[in-house]
Amino acid sequence: MKFFEDIAVGDVYEYGRYTFTTDNIKAFAMRFDPQPFHIDEAAAAHSHFGALCASGWHTAVTWMRLMIDYRRRMDDAIRARGEPVAGIGPALGFRELKWPRPVYAGDTVSYRSEVIELRVSNSRPKSGLMSFRSTGVNQNGEPVLSLISTTFVERRGTP
Amino acid sequence: MKYQYREYGSSAVADDNGRMSSKLHWEDFQPGAVAVYGPRRVTREEIVAFAAEFDPQPMHLDEAAASATLLGGLGASGWHVCCLLMRIIADGFVLNSSSMGSPGIDEVRWHKPLRPGTQIRVRSTVLESRPSKSRPEMGLTKFRYEVLDAAGNCLTTMVTTAMLARRESGAAR
Repeated sequence: MKFFEDIAVGDVYEYGRYTFTTDNIKAFAMRFDPQPFHIDEAAAAHSHFGALCASGWHTAVTWMRLMIDYRRRMDDAIRARGEPVAGIGPALGFRELKWPRPVYAGDTVSYRSEVIELRVSNSRPKSGLMSFRSTGVNQNGEPVLSLISTTFVERRGTP
Repeated sequence: MKYQYREYGSSAVADDNGRMSSKLHWEDFQPGAVAVYGPRRVTREEIVAFAAEFDPQPMHLDEAAASATLLGGLGASGWHVCCLLMRIIADGFVLNSSSMGSPGIDEVRWHKPLRPGTQIRVRSTVLESRPSKSRPEMGLTKFRYEVLDAAGNCLTTMVTTAMLARRESGAAR
């Protein structure tokens, strides 16, 4: 991660995309969210969703995974330049998570984040607090996920 | 495979043995109602397995690396806690309800880490209930969920809205 001082409001991170399939939708839902419209095509066809769709938690944790992979690549690039990597976390939580439309089997979701707020932490003076809005859009450009997260990011320290 | 039949204005459902049971609808969740679901003991193995798949950060994967982080030791991914909460309420009541999913989550706060071996419960409180303006067959119910450890400490809170079919509609299966 970049240090808190090197991050600006408006910075955008593109994390890549993930294709949801009948198999991975069902496998996730069987573990954590076994509602009929997430695990059974016939039941889903009769539901208001009209077809098998992913648990919203599945679409959210997929964002998390792609974001962590992105940060790891970013850290590797920083280290390759011989520069120090800033620590990040823990996260305090998230808010305004929205699932505006279902993610169906076969949909490909692209994820990104944008920094929306930066402020100094009173409780942890060595860190700043970064808030960012993350979104997922399907292959038609329609939003399927959005949320705002806040996490600690290490500061460079007092000069 | 479950079969079910309905009389007009009734939520009567028969299970595989022909036993009558009552499916919960939007009308059954009145503001102020509290229920507790679980418990479930969360193992180190499942914490690490979830993290390896969805949130591979050191504090969720490895004790030695975790002790050097602000978490001060191995703790579950906050997203794992959310998913465990979902599973506990699914088994607790959602699968026996007219759930039509959720439009989103107002807020989640991770107050304390979920450590390996912790037994958790979920306390559910109905905050608000209102009919849907756009979909007369549906109502919206706002819940606060608290993930509690065995000593009653609150580890995570979540405020979220559920979409539930109304009893008279018979829309949800």
